[in-house]
Amino acid sequence: MRPEKNSDVSTCASLGDDYNHHGGNGVLRLIIPANDRSVRRGLQTIKSSMSNLSLSQDDWSTVELVIAEVLNNIVKHAYSASDTGLIEAHLNYSKETLDCTIIDTGHSMPNGEIPKGAQIDLTCDIADLPEGGFGWLLIHQLTRELNYARRANQNTLSFRLPFATEH
Amino acid sequence: MKLNHKDFDNARLVTICENRIDAVCAIQFKDEMRKLTDAGPRRVVLDMSQVEFLDSSGLGAVVAALKAKKAEQTLELASLQPAVQKVFHLTRMDTVFAIHDNATSAMAGVADAS
Repeated sequence: MRPEKNSDVSTCASLGDDYNHHGGNGVLRLIIPANDRSVRRGLQTIKSSMSNLSLSQDDWSTVELVIAEVLNNIVKHAYSASDTGLIEAHLNYSKETLDCTIIDTGHSMPNGEIPKGAQIDLTCDIADLPEGGFGWLLIHQLTRELNYARRANQNTLSFRLPFATEH
Repeated sequence: MKLNHKDFDNARLVTICENRIDAVCAIQFKDEMRKLTDAGPRRVVLDMSQVEFLDSSGLGAVVAALKAKKAEQTLELASLQPAVQKVFHLTRMDTVFAIHDNATSAMAGVADAS
């Protein structure tokens, strides 16, 4: 049995210092254990490393939400909340866009494809309202160039987030 | 997960004293809310002014709280920060909940019970 570990021991963040001094561009490679608390801390690391972009609140909230949804899905579904896997995130950002690639070695997506995340009908009785299924809906609405590949027991999800706001 | 509450005449104002409702605390939030609605009056207003981040699990927990309320009760929301409002808007959950600009306007005209 693995001891319950909530410390940041397996988190490795390497900032691309060579890039960081040129117009706010940067790269970040982050490896976190697949559990909810590490996802929360990983998002904090991403926020700090992207702070030099001075993103608007609106742009940052989209980055945080999309990455949170992708990571939560991996914790919950790819690794079935077993708390034994790792998640690797590569971020490449400029003042205009964030390109993000997220890799895990958990289960494949259902049917080997990205769930559609269609809008759910909410004109129903309160008792029948869905309590889940919003994650992919949000990811599809907010990302561009969303791609998924399954190779050699590894899931790779990539997407782009354009920053709308001038800053 | 800390939820404070203050009772008014026929209404309970619940304040979320956390800045995130995410996968870490969604289940706990749902359970705490259930206790507060079970023992609560006809109106329950949830002040979300301190919540800076809400993900889909947090949204699911707020929906679960709505489903767990008593039939004669209302669960209303107040003071959504822009990042939280975005999640409600994109999922159209803003069409399901009564949402007030802030707790003061939600409780306007309601007498203090304490």
